[in-house]
Amino acid sequence: MSDLSDVAPSVLAKVPSGINGLDEITGGGLPAGRPTLVCGGPGSGKTLVGLSFLVNGARRFGEPGVLISFEESTRDLACDVASLGFDVPGLIAAGKLFVDYIHIDRNEIEETGEYDLEGLFVRLECAVRQVGAKRVVLDTIESLFGGFSNEGVLRAELRRLLRWLKQRDLTTVITGERGSETLTRQGLEEYVTDAVILLDHRVRDELSTRRLRIVKYRGSFHGTNEYPFLIDEQGLSVLPVTSLRLDHPAPMERVSTGVPPLDAMLGGLGFYKGSTVLLSGTAGTGKTSLAATFADAACRRGEKCIYFLLEESPKQMMRNMRSIGIDLRQWSESGLLHMLAERPSRFGLEAHLAAMYRAIDELSPETVVVDSISDLLSLGGQAEVQAMLTRLIDYLKTRAVTVLFSSLSPGGSEFQESHAGVSSLMDAWILVKLELAGGERHREISVLKARGIAHSSRVYDFKMTERGFQFTAAKG
Amino acid sequence: MSAREQPAQEERFVLRLYIAGQTPKCVRAFTNLKQICEEYLADRYRIEIIDLLENPQLARGDQILAVPTLVRQLPEPVKKIIGDLSNTERVLVGLDLRRV
Repeated sequence: MSDLSDVAPSVLAKVPSGINGLDEITGGGLPAGRPTLVCGGPGSGKTLVGLSFLVNGARRFGEPGVLISFEESTRDLACDVASLGFDVPGLIAAGKLFVDYIHIDRNEIEETGEYDLEGLFVRLECAVRQVGAKRVVLDTIESLFGGFSNEGVLRAELRRLLRWLKQRDLTTVITGERGSETLTRQGLEEYVTDAVILLDHRVRDELSTRRLRIVKYRGSFHGTNEYPFLIDEQGLSVLPVTSLRLDHPAPMERVSTGVPPLDAMLGGLGFYKGSTVLLSGTAGTGKTSLAATFADAACRRGEKCIYFLLEESPKQMMRNMRSIGIDLRQWSESGLLHMLAERPSRFGLEAHLAAMYRAIDELSPETVVVDSISDLLSLGGQAEVQAMLTRLIDYLKTRAVTVLFSSLSPGGSEFQESHAGVSSLMDAWILVKLELAGGERHREISVLKARGIAHSSRVYDFKMTERGFQFTAAKG
Repeated sequence: MSAREQPAQEERFVLRLYIAGQTPKCVRAFTNLKQICEEYLADRYRIEIIDLLENPQLARGDQILAVPTLVRQLPEPVKKIIGDLSNTERVLVGLDLRRV
């Protein structure tokens, strides 16, 4: 069935969902004035996607909305989402949201001849008019199939409903239960042809992960990968790819490492601002000390810095750093330095990264230290971690944040191979290691790479003293 | 013995017919209903017609989706019958006037 009035205009208008990350991967949001199908298994977060779309619309974009819920009563819904910071009753009271709970119980209904679903249209129209809705969510319309036996009527009415919604320019989210061989049990994808989003919830290695994929988005460029998303007290967020292309700004400005001899190895000026630095080494080589010095230098310049600690507590770290003459407490007290500690095993990889995004978003730091990424690497497979790290780096790059990742090389194999996955993402790579000579272990430092910087290729010995780092040219 | 199994002879029926404008289906439903009532419930029924085009907000109360829908308000329990009521047998079953 084709209808020329349904032909999309040349530039597809989009409506922001307000869901973190989703608007980035869809290039602006859901198709304006058209339906989007959100499908997935039970508990995959379909209702929440719909509700977030409505609540964000009402709260942030001045677009009131209507929720037709076939599954949960208004009160149940309000309770379910209150913990996510959605004040459904408040929005209803303010006339920004209208919730109509449609309850169908086939046992109560006798069918005695021809009918249609005009009642549904009447209710929808009434609701839309009451709040001046621009957004509609039907959750989940498949419940109709359980309530009425005449499938022919249902399908015809479904088609009419979608036409009706489009004619009124309503941006609609229709949720559907995933079928065994089709996207949805009742083949809703046949009716909703503009955009289809698939949600998936699986448990792997005892960690539950949620994934989102744009199956289809007619007339629009969109990311085709599976993106992790999570549901927490901040609502729903799709882990963003803020930039799908390599077009980050490239500042000329340089930032000191805080270690003058290391700056000297880096063309005398340190790293480029906004670059991504890997600091790798075996255990006990002084990675944390170097990282802390780097953070200290950033704070001295008056930059805001976030230090993500995955191995020790902020207090312990501050105490230890005093022994090499670094006082991080002053920066922490003055608000320049934020030390955020979290045990790696506490949540999955996504949750960690999401927490990082949130902190970065909230605090807008100029410098970030992650100490160490090895702890994150242990949480997922190589490909997964690499994808995640790419996203984090992209995110930081678009904001021109300088970031230093420390990484623990497994003993004995501190060479390139152990970082094959992540090294290509890095602009600079500093290697530290312990060497045994003359019955004594001494530390060595070298710059393996530094994009755009004429860096030294020499290996230096270094010592950590209460007055900082002391470098000497390595013998041999 | 419950009313469901054997409505007392003098029991009054309050029936509410939801329609949406004078569509052929709705007109047919009313004609059929009137006939059935006259035949089986003479003098002990009342029919209320609710046109949802005029009173759309009333659709929520009785959870109306399908049109036409006949709701048996009394005697209790409330029962719903959808369609144009052209299948008299099923209407009678729906109204508890005839056992299955």
